[in-house]
Amino acid sequence: MNNDYIRSLIEKGKRIDDRKLDEFRKIVIETNVSKNSAGSARCKIGETEVIVGVKFDIGEPYPDSPGEGTIIVTAELIPVANPDFELGPPGSKATELARIVDRGIRESECIDFRKLCVKEGEKVWMVFIDIYPLNDDGNLIDASVLASLKALSEAKFPKIVNDKVDHESKTNVGLKLSKLPITTTIYKINNNLIVDVNNKEEEVIDARLSVSVADGNIHAMQKGGDVPLRFDDINKMIDIAMKKEKELAKFLK
Amino acid sequence: MGKILFKEKDLVVPGDVLAEGMDYLPSGGCIREHDKIIANHIGLVSLDNNRFVRVIPLAGKYIPRAGDTVIGEIVDMSFSGWYLNINCPYEASLMVKDVAEFIERDADLAQFYNFGDLVIAKVNKVTRFSNINLTTKGPGLRKITGGKIITIASTKVPRVIGKQGSMVQMLKEKTNCNIVVGQNGIVWIEGKTSDDELMATEAILKIEQESHIDGLTDRMKEFLERKK
Amino acid sequence: MSYTKRNDGRKFDEMRKMEAKLGIIPRADGSAMFKVGDTIAIAAVYGPRELHPKFMQNPERGILRCNYDMTSFSVPERKRPGPSRRSTEISLVTEKALIPVLDLKQFPNAVVDVFIEIIQANSGTRCAGITAASMALAHAGVPMKDLVSAVSVGKVGDKIVIDLDKYEEDYEDGATDIPVAMTGNYDITLLQLDGNVSKDDFLKALELAKKGCSEIDKIQRKTLREFYKGVKNE
Repeated sequence: MNNDYIRSLIEKGKRIDDRKLDEFRKIVIETNVSKNSAGSARCKIGETEVIVGVKFDIGEPYPDSPGEGTIIVTAELIPVANPDFELGPPGSKATELARIVDRGIRESECIDFRKLCVKEGEKVWMVFIDIYPLNDDGNLIDASVLASLKALSEAKFPKIVNDKVDHESKTNVGLKLSKLPITTTIYKINNNLIVDVNNKEEEVIDARLSVSVADGNIHAMQKGGDVPLRFDDINKMIDIAMKKEKELAKFLK
Repeated sequence: MGKILFKEKDLVVPGDVLAEGMDYLPSGGCIREHDKIIANHIGLVSLDNNRFVRVIPLAGKYIPRAGDTVIGEIVDMSFSGWYLNINCPYEASLMVKDVAEFIERDADLAQFYNFGDLVIAKVNKVTRFSNINLTTKGPGLRKITGGKIITIASTKVPRVIGKQGSMVQMLKEKTNCNIVVGQNGIVWIEGKTSDDELMATEAILKIEQESHIDGLTDRMKEFLERKK
Repeated sequence: MSYTKRNDGRKFDEMRKMEAKLGIIPRADGSAMFKVGDTIAIAAVYGPRELHPKFMQNPERGILRCNYDMTSFSVPERKRPGPSRRSTEISLVTEKALIPVLDLKQFPNAVVDVFIEIIQANSGTRCAGITAASMALAHAGVPMKDLVSAVSVGKVGDKIVIDLDKYEEDYEDGATDIPVAMTGNYDITLLQLDGNVSKDDFLKALELAKKGCSEIDKIQRKTLREFYKGVKNE
């Protein structure tokens, strides 16, 4: 399947798997993927599969926010998911993915960081969100965000026993997300805008814009790809993201 | 129909629109974008034959062209020849079959050109994959011994050489030095005394610094007279 | 609460004072400094030069490699020297911001290295870096079909503003920061956002970015021209 074939199909408004340009593949979201996590989820979009585990720990707050906890998002692009992923510390792709997921969650304030405070200036909860793609068939960003939000929704705090976190325990207390910042990545191929690319389509994209939307407000954006975007493109891409927010939110209920 | 949007010898910057319309063709230092000719280098623009828009870059690495005389340094050897640094993005190669000397099979190549040696060579061929082939077969091409080497911006080489070699000829006469100016910005100076070599060095660096100020030729004449 | 007056007295659509210099690093093939307010970025370009290790080479065209770094003393609280996740990401988006205007087809197997160093930081550092890098690339003679200029726009409290400084970026009632880079032709090559805005506000901010980038583009061109002032072929 060569790149020109995919491009020419898209010009005609078609895709190799018969989807429409603005159509997502089948989405399946499950929880309880990994027992030792405080909360975990798996998101499958077509054959792309990402699992996310949430862990809590107590740490010191940052000096400029003594009454707030925080989230720490990491993405590990393991060779399991894609033979092009190499072992070693996170490269730019993994770093970008983690930071895009982080931004949407952090900027939407769907988690109240002040509620993560245990003892002002001394002890706060740190929420670790670790993303592991298991199969990369394109569109890792959107799958990672959905899995992360589900894992966060399910996560339960561990007990604190004798002033230390008992990592093997679970309370009934969760995070209570105030909103769901859904990220939709819109990809540009020539002058066409499509969503949810698969592996083959991802190789021919010219540019992408990830837009995180919660309740109609934009909380994060990230442009990627080597080709510039016109003002007009961005306008249309935001509209698509707004539309998809409503559709994708259903899978998180 | 078309429109020229510059005056002869204007200084242009990447992105500057030089001409509109399909009548004009880009001929160096500029490109066509749809129906416009756009500068893609900082340089001086001119119109040739009323059709070709040309920008002479004022900056940039030396890009080797077949026929150029260059001065390079031996940085590597293999059984088939030598590799030289000629101050451009790629190493150049000098194959055994392209040197003036006769080299016996199994000879020790280092006897002819060794690491660090400087060679005046001609660019024979540049392939699509940026393989630059040099040759030392030809008049004046050889390993350099003695004298000194200075480096100038390759974009200034035409000024140092001058119209039909007039500038470098004047330098040679007034300083009593042998001077070879490589297109890659490496210049070899060999004089009878080190004072002569120093004068030639200063003169060439002066040309490099002041190439943009009018009246260069006269100024250089004056400078060389004064120094004698 | 309403943000009625900017912290430093600027108008909402007014940029901080800007300054640009070319050729500040003699060893580099191209170099430039760009200062906006108290943010100072320097960029050095080395290349095109042969790329090692060989397996990273692209036989069809040269590649661009950008590295964004902040000196440890550029910020009030000492920053540990070396790369961070933030600088890794900024290096990536900087490369994406510049590559669309470069023509590296005539440099197969070669690399153009761009090193950006933030000497002093008061917000807008990645934008200042991209602006400086664009001038440095032109100075190095890398073929490029346009310059790239970058500015941060955003929403501080309830106002749409251009060129946020640190105070505004950290504004306690909320701020949305939107770094944007575009070519002289208004092609957008960098776009990021973090905060909370409606689509309308975002589009207003983008228009403001267009205005700011035009201003910066003028400064870049003026700086390049003046460096070669008086150049004429005899």
